Amino acid sequence: MKKVNLEVNGKKVSKEVADHTVLSVFLREVLNLTGTHVGCDTSQCGACVVHVDGKSIKSCTALAADLDGSKVTTIEGLVKNGKMHPMQEAFKKEHGLQCGFCTPGMVMSAIDLLNHKKNPSDKEIRDWLEGNICRCTGYQNIVAAVKEAATKM
Amino acid sequence: MASLVGSRVERKEDKKLLTGRGKYTADVTFAHQTYAYFVRSPHARAQLKNVDISKAEKASGVVAVLTGKDIANDKIGGLIAGWRIKSEDGSDMKVPAHPPLANESVNYVGDHVAVVIAESLDEARNAAELVKVDYKILKAVVKTDKAMDSESIYKDIPKNLCFDWLLGDRAKTQEAFDKADKIIKIDLINNRLIPNAMEPRAANADYNPSTEEITLYTTSQNPHLARIIISAFNGVAPENKLRVIAPDVGGGFGSKIYPYAEEVVCSWASKKIERPVKWVADRTESFLSDCHGRDHVTHAELAVKNDGTFLGFKNETIANLGAYASVFGTVTPTYLFGPCATGVYKMPAAYSNVKAVFTNTAPVDAYRGAGRPEATYTIETLVEKAARELGMDPAEIRMKNFPTQFPFQQTLVHSVDSGDYNAGLKKAMEVGDYKGFEARKKESESKGKLRGVGFCSYFEACGIAPSAVVMSLGCGIGLWESAEVRFNPTGNVTVFTGSHSHGQGHDTTFAQIAADRLGVPLENIEISHGDTDKGPFGYGTYGSRSLTVGGTAIVKACDKIVAKGKKVAAKMLEVNESDVEFKDGEFIVAKSNQKKTIGEVAFACYLPGTYGEVKSPLPEGEEPGLKETSFFDPGNFSFPAGSHICEVEVDPDTGNTEVVKYTAVDDFGTIINPLIVEGQVHGGLAQGIGQALYENCHYDDTGQLVTASYMDYTMPRADNFPEFNLGFTCTPATSNPLGTKGCGEAGAIAAPPAVMNAVMNAVGTEVSMPATAEKVWKACQKMNKSNSKAA
Repeated sequence: MKKVNLEVNGKKVSKEVADHTVLSVFLREVLNLTGTHVGCDTSQCGACVVHVDGKSIKSCTALAADLDGSKVTTIEGLVKNGKMHPMQEAFKKEHGLQCGFCTPGMVMSAIDLLNHKKNPSDKEIRDWLEGNICRCTGYQNIVAAVKEAATKM
Repeated sequence: MASLVGSRVERKEDKKLLTGRGKYTADVTFAHQTYAYFVRSPHARAQLKNVDISKAEKASGVVAVLTGKDIANDKIGGLIAGWRIKSEDGSDMKVPAHPPLANESVNYVGDHVAVVIAESLDEARNAAELVKVDYKILKAVVKTDKAMDSESIYKDIPKNLCFDWLLGDRAKTQEAFDKADKIIKIDLINNRLIPNAMEPRAANADYNPSTEEITLYTTSQNPHLARIIISAFNGVAPENKLRVIAPDVGGGFGSKIYPYAEEVVCSWASKKIERPVKWVADRTESFLSDCHGRDHVTHAELAVKNDGTFLGFKNETIANLGAYASVFGTVTPTYLFGPCATGVYKMPAAYSNVKAVFTNTAPVDAYRGAGRPEATYTIETLVEKAARELGMDPAEIRMKNFPTQFPFQQTLVHSVDSGDYNAGLKKAMEVGDYKGFEARKKESESKGKLRGVGFCSYFEACGIAPSAVVMSLGCGIGLWESAEVRFNPTGNVTVFTGSHSHGQGHDTTFAQIAADRLGVPLENIEISHGDTDKGPFGYGTYGSRSLTVGGTAIVKACDKIVAKGKKVAAKMLEVNESDVEFKDGEFIVAKSNQKKTIGEVAFACYLPGTYGEVKSPLPEGEEPGLKETSFFDPGNFSFPAGSHICEVEVDPDTGNTEVVKYTAVDDFGTIINPLIVEGQVHGGLAQGIGQALYENCHYDDTGQLVTASYMDYTMPRADNFPEFNLGFTCTPATSNPLGTKGCGEAGAIAAPPAVMNAVMNAVGTEVSMPATAEKVWKACQKMNKSNSKAA
């Protein structure tokens, strides 16, 4: 067990965790932040993407114990003063989600893309999201949502 | 008031899903929760000689270890096949017993041997490794086309044959073939797929010893069906003591229509240990134990005249059912497949013969399209081959054989009520600029690429109703749908539907329908589904049925509300009922300005009488309250249809194939919400293109699943697709008042043949699905050799 101090969605968190606890399990089971989803066991699907110190990572592949002192943002942390983030708004407007399971990871990943590149092309968006699997949408409206968000962010 | 039907309304369900406030089964944790981990067979076929749980029982945190013996002792019933198919000789299909936990034998890798229940998942998983199973390993039957020649897996099922089914007329078909100028033949494999909803299956069962009630949260497309099966067939609890909740569900695609062993075991175990039992599949468990899809080996023939007129069609298929007959496993390769096998064409004579076999692989059941993609792939690759062999344009040969009169009595079963296949294909050629193909092909050639174009014209039978028809064909359940429309006293509305939404957007589409019908603002309507304690029994969501069948039940219930409302409004306004009209949410007395809003009428229904200012008399004989239920059983299936055109670019040096242009023109009848319908088409196309180019479930010769993770099974990704061009035509369905036809499966049905026809057009020879770089490269090499020989 190790004690970790994190800032999650702007709140300070201090917990004892087992050495093998990955961040996705820590968020879901210790902090009850179930918006972060787990869709595979091999770090392929991207449903668990969150931001650590502003960068997107697959939370199933990071040990909570390694992240002492980090700032973590999950999908629950994007809403500010009751207003959704422009990326969330864009996904709604463009019907960029269906079942919603991959959506938290998709949104977190897409925000990081726009943090890197202001107005990405379709190809750049598709290449960036290659690590996030969606089974419902065929990706077309997700690409449209990212482009829409790019005009607002 | 503007109609909401036909509007691109943003989805009501999105905000919770976008902000992490959805509630999926894995998100539900009860007080005193325990965690289940299943011991699964590592062998494809083995006798269970002994299951020793003594060490596991003593391990840290373990609450219980339960085996097939325990489940047999408690007389828990097996999993069921929901559709009885008869063989051509009139005999009933043969199915093996399918206990939720194996007792005597295991029959696929992933089959359930025991369950370990512990205080934490880690403890359950660790203890599972201590369960010592003594297997006598037997030779596995794996290959679809070899199953009938292999040793029988079950002693009372000779040749591993479940049934040998025939639809159509062999003799009449042969007569047609005897008159043909040319017979086009094809041998193909419809590759086995793994559905891969992004949310892995999960169950959390909570038994309350005081009320003797089980509450089961589960990842289901069909919670009412789960309840009746787990109750009536598995015998875990009486129906009134079993509440099934399918909360937010992360995709289904057919794989979550029916309950699996895990739901039965968790429910039964919870009762046994009197604590909640939670199980969440990891992805490899999903690969191993979710029902798979497709897996046909087919020989088909088309008899044609030299002018391209079709005379007859033969189809001989072997369908792999996997190790057990799953709930819709037997109907998928028969009544969902055979009737659509002759495609969208006038076909004077035809038959489909399907031999369904058991193998030591995971059970195969419905996967997006279920039977209709397999049928469409067969006929549409055959038609394209006929066009090539006759030197005709692929569009021309199709149009020559399209029916133009509707209703159209299709060869094998269906009476198709409406359609205009010529209009659809013409529009697809326009939208997809078919005329410009040759120029684009030259441009591709200048880059060293081979460009091909492929067509697919399809129709499908959706709704999977009327009940009388499906039950006469062997279905063990009715397939109508229910709705309850409940006005709350203050004038807003809750609509309960027996169907289930797991991505399809019912909260929005159904609310649009009710809003239009009742004249109530969209934001004042909530759609409730997924909980057997709320609303009436229903049959869930699959087969593109929810809107045509479930949506119509909502319409009918709304109409009953308005009918009652008219009576109440007339009394309130002191006029005759016949003088009252209902429009845009108001009951209006003809030729006057007297009116009552539907909200006022609802309030009056809940507070009948006079109280100060409130004067709300009910007509004599009317009961208080404003709530109506409808059960709708349609008079026919619905028949969406369309034409898709795909263009691919093949790199002959690497075999890499890219879909560069894809046009889909579909006729879904009336469209309620174009935004949602387009999304359904996109998603279906991605799965269809996935089948054609990327996805393949592979078992090795010993029955080990080689593709059991996302490292090995190729899921389509964002960079695998171009932007799809969509178009629509509309011939409203006549079998439901909305005129809708169903849209969820179209893409998965039409895309595989459209893509493969394009690949074969590009490389000039036959290629099987998935058209991987290796296969396409080999095909290019073969053509190079034969071209150089010819030169």
